[in-house]
Amino acid sequence: MSTESIILDWLPYLSEGIAVTLGLVACSLGIGLIMGLPMALGQIYGSRPVQIIVGTYVWFFRGLPVLVLLFLFYFGIFPGIGLGGIPAFIVGGTVLGLRGAAYQSQIFRGAIQSISEGQMTAARSLGMSRFTAIKSIILPQAMRIALPGWSNEYPEMLTESSVCYAIGVAELLTRSSQIVSQTYITLPIYIVCALIFILLNYIGMKGLTILEKKLKIPGFGGGGEGAL
Amino acid sequence: METTEYILKVKDIHKSYGNVEVLKGVSFNVKKGETKCFIGPSGTGKSTLLRCINQLTVPDQGQIWLHDEEVTHAGPRINYFRQRIGMVFQNFYLFDHLTAVRNVEIALIKVLRMNPKEAREKAMYELNQVGMADWADHYPAELSGGQAQRVSIARALAMDPDVILFDEPTSALDPELTREVIEVMRNLASLGMTMLVVTHEMGFACSAANEILFMENGRVIEQGSPSDLLNNPQFERCKAFIGQYHGFHE
Ligand SMILES: Nc1ncnc2c1ncn2[C@@H]1O[C@H](COP(=O)(O)OP(=O)(O)OP(=O)(O)O)[C@@H](O)[C@H]1O
Ligand SMILES: [Mg+2]
Repeated sequence: MSTESIILDWLPYLSEGIAVTLGLVACSLGIGLIMGLPMALGQIYGSRPVQIIVGTYVWFFRGLPVLVLLFLFYFGIFPGIGLGGIPAFIVGGTVLGLRGAAYQSQIFRGAIQSISEGQMTAARSLGMSRFTAIKSIILPQAMRIALPGWSNEYPEMLTESSVCYAIGVAELLTRSSQIVSQTYITLPIYIVCALIFILLNYIGMKGLTILEKKLKIPGFGGGGEGAL
Repeated sequence: METTEYILKVKDIHKSYGNVEVLKGVSFNVKKGETKCFIGPSGTGKSTLLRCINQLTVPDQGQIWLHDEEVTHAGPRINYFRQRIGMVFQNFYLFDHLTAVRNVEIALIKVLRMNPKEAREKAMYELNQVGMADWADHYPAELSGGQAQRVSIARALAMDPDVILFDEPTSALDPELTREVIEVMRNLASLGMTMLVVTHEMGFACSAANEILFMENGRVIEQGSPSDLLNNPQFERCKAFIGQYHGFHE
């Protein structure tokens, strides 16, 4: 059998890894967004204890290598709370998500702090509560400013997701190496794996660029020229 | 009833930053439909005074009354008073992510809970008042300074406030653009809007103000009508200041 036909035979198995990889990316971006934004708000507008808690969280998750975090959670924390048998995918998604939140909170924080004081002043002078001002005035602007930086998390997270190989999540790299050990075809398999990553990266970035264009407003970065 | 005659009362306002007392006891009363202009050297506390009135800055001492309700120490009710006290800023502070008409209507929707259709009509009406209806769909970044300031005046007007505070509304503008904004303000004054205006535009102050208050070092040290300013020795310091600031002025 030729190398090509062997690879073709295995391609369906490898392709299923795309869903797993994208699942990990979705976890990291999704959890990162859902947790990162409130964390940023807490760090800026919250009370002192809230600021300290968020600060510590960020420091912890940015201070450790992903691999170390993965092992800590996989062998320590999850079994420690009685969830030892949980699928590796859940562990991987959780770790990437928690870590994503730490990074993304800082992207959002920077964006919120870049909004000039006058926007809040004007909002309050019209009788808006602080909450309404943040929700209706500050965040819509901050999110547009954050979008380019946030988009950069996508390729970051996509490539980073492959560390989940280490705990056996059946994502692209794990599957590739399984195929290699079955077929003894090495380089071609990893090249296919690499091509899939590049394709996923390309498609994702295209989508995000379209989103940025859609949200583009005169005077704001995030759509090409003059990105902040 | 003496008390109801004034719509805004400012009583003995003091404010310090650190060791520096920026406002050293400022008091005045404002009648409905009155325009008062505040002039004075830089750093005298004019902006601080305006910001104290709507509590963007909390004074250390003294009281503000709107009609017969105390604005100072209002707690969360301050948001209500701020609906009633409009403010126009030197640098406009339009909401950068919203078109002109959205800038005007957003507080109507979010604060006054007007329905969107009604709010849009009201916003277009106000934009028309300031000659900006044709620019309704433009973003702040697409407007000249004069246009942006007129939109910000429309934004304040839309709330139907009892009084509007203007903090050097034309200081960031070229003479040409200053004129169009002054025109709008003059019109408002003649329509009976109650206005407190910090300005260096003596032309506006002399023609539109009912009273001119000259501030120096955190105090109102001279005050009177525009004709007093021209004819009366009580405005000695003020005249000296204007002379310095503008060269000679009529
Ligand atoms: N938030 C603040 N913190 C510390 N000092 C302040 C603050 N705001 C104003 N000041 C100081 O208070 C003084 C009065 O400022 P204010 O802006 O009220 O003056 P102004 O009369 O409006 O001057 P200008 O004509 O330059 O606008 C200045 O010395 C200023 O530096
Ligand atoms: Mg000032």
